[in-house]
Amino acid sequence: MNEWLYVALFIVVGLIIPIGAIAAGFIFGPKKPNPIKQSTYECGIEPVGEAWIQFKAQYYIFALVFLVFDVEAVFLFPWAVKLGQLGLYAVIEGIIFVSILVVGLVYTWRKGMLEWV
Amino acid sequence: MNFWNDPLKVAATWLEGIFTGWGMDAVLAHVLVVFLGVFLLVTILMVLDIFLVWIERKVVARFQDRIGPNRLGPFGLIQPFADIIKLIIKEDTTPDGADKVVYNLAPILSMMSVLILWAVVPLAPVMLGIDLNVGVLFLIAAGAIGTLSIIMAGWSSNNKFAMIGGFRQVAVMVAFEVPMLAMLMIPTIFASSMNMNAIIEAQNIWYFIISPLGALIFLVAAIAELGRAPFDLAEGESELVAGFNIEYSGMKFGMFYAGELLHAFTFGGFWAILFFGGYRFFGLEQVSPFLAILILVIKAMVGYWVIMWVKYTMMRIRIDQMLGFNWKFLTPLSFALVLVTALMNTLLRGADSWLYVTGMFLSNVVVGWIALEIARSVARRERERLEGPTKVVEAQH
Amino acid sequence: MTGEQIIFLIVALFTLGSALMVVTTRNLIHAALWLVATLFGVAVIYALLNAGFMAVVQVVVYIGAIAILFIFAVMLTRKDLRDNTPQTNKNWWAGALVAVLTFAGLVFTLQGWSGFSKTAAAIPSGFDAISQLGEQLTSPAAYVLPFEVASVLLLAALVGAVYVAFNKK
Repeated sequence: MNEWLYVALFIVVGLIIPIGAIAAGFIFGPKKPNPIKQSTYECGIEPVGEAWIQFKAQYYIFALVFLVFDVEAVFLFPWAVKLGQLGLYAVIEGIIFVSILVVGLVYTWRKGMLEWV
Repeated sequence: MNFWNDPLKVAATWLEGIFTGWGMDAVLAHVLVVFLGVFLLVTILMVLDIFLVWIERKVVARFQDRIGPNRLGPFGLIQPFADIIKLIIKEDTTPDGADKVVYNLAPILSMMSVLILWAVVPLAPVMLGIDLNVGVLFLIAAGAIGTLSIIMAGWSSNNKFAMIGGFRQVAVMVAFEVPMLAMLMIPTIFASSMNMNAIIEAQNIWYFIISPLGALIFLVAAIAELGRAPFDLAEGESELVAGFNIEYSGMKFGMFYAGELLHAFTFGGFWAILFFGGYRFFGLEQVSPFLAILILVIKAMVGYWVIMWVKYTMMRIRIDQMLGFNWKFLTPLSFALVLVTALMNTLLRGADSWLYVTGMFLSNVVVGWIALEIARSVARRERERLEGPTKVVEAQH
Repeated sequence: MTGEQIIFLIVALFTLGSALMVVTTRNLIHAALWLVATLFGVAVIYALLNAGFMAVVQVVVYIGAIAILFIFAVMLTRKDLRDNTPQTNKNWWAGALVAVLTFAGLVFTLQGWSGFSKTAAAIPSGFDAISQLGEQLTSPAAYVLPFEVASVLLLAALVGAVYVAFNKK
């Protein structure tokens, strides 16, 4: 049988348990909402402005650098699995693969994009 | 085959026999039995989680020279149950303007992302996890859902602090995923498989001994992934009051809290599995599956204790320092380590086992030493640029 | 109908439904979250096809990285973009026509293909797809050049993105 079925069972159970716990809290907890209680917390003063604030572009750059390295690592996993049965040439291929991306990291670094300013 | 040698199989065959005896389809009976097994495992985990609350509080108390909970029951053991009752009977508030569906979904996904990690954990030689040939990547995939749940919690709360905390936490989590992915490659290279069971079976020598630096970097990345101190930017009590979970109360907050503790324990377990031989301990695991589980739990507890030790010893560091540390130091270092490990593993293949172990260990030490030297000299230059060259103080009479 | 087919139909419907929600919902973050649901549905379909590595990579790369990138990009915008302008313009019928024609064309072309009626061959026991993939990616006789070119492609993406962001600054 497909082993992913078991993973699906884990996901289902993993959803049932927290839903059950939260439902228990919903059943046994009091429900007396009022406007003060419902207002968002802002260190005790009235909330000012909207919560949707503009974020720095830096978050985006870091996520982009991450994306590139994430894909790179994923490509390297099949290589790592097979490495034990392959010769030195496979290691050299891996070194070339990583070195090309290190150029990218160095470029990003030199352009000052890795600074959180 | 008796119950004490292979409890799962005996129980499963017995239950399946009962279900098919009722005229149930064999496949359906099997699925139902597996479902019950998973349910049992997850329930045990949740009970364990309750005790983790107690362990965490006791350990932090000892680190801070306090006693910790000691009023309810022996050693305060009943305290976590009191906590649970409090969480259940507390009011669940939903803040104004919150996105209700996303807001309620976030704690559920957060807990789920931790619980499904146990799908690939081999508990004992006869209780292997699901035989996924992508086991180590499954770790990262489950982490991706956890990351998503934090974004959802931070965004849907309609609170500025929650939003900033959530986004900072996510920036850190995704950044440290890169060294973690690289470090997962090291056991993969040694075992020639991504399967957790295969990795444990291949560990005649603990991978900690042939790759100490890899184990260390994995621990650092794991702590960042967990969002614990010194990487607990999401919480940042003094600047963000509580981070992404600020608006949550009652059991929904409980899910985040329990999820965090179980996550830390789980990563202690994965540290043990990937670098310390999992359930294996000098052949003791063959005696009884229950002993094997005990060995794994003890190893996971040690890993969890190390994570707590770091948490209560280190100060929180700033987000720019943390991201700089990751991208300028840890990421290049971990990829260099993977390549050196791959090279040494290929060169030393077929060599005597003592030569292999010594060679791998020394190559790790050399890589770590070079990295530290480079970091030190760069830091010195940076300091001299900012403060001017250090003056040599002449000895006076 | 086998159990697997029922699961496939449910997952396919879920994937298509959430894909529809991505384009129709007005809240950008909701659209991103529906996109996550769509991508997850695709991962489940990979898992159903016994392509475990693809399924996990789908979750790691698409949900773990690309969806996060999308959400960060949405958060760069100044305001929540919940506007009330119509979502289609007066040329919607042209788009619909092209979509229907493309779908009809695909159905027409694939009608003669024998692959639909075939059942997949059983995977031989002891077959490790990842090991095979690793061998193919590193073997000079197979795909080593595309493997290295993938690295160059990633480099180009990184440099391009940094260049664009740097000039905006």
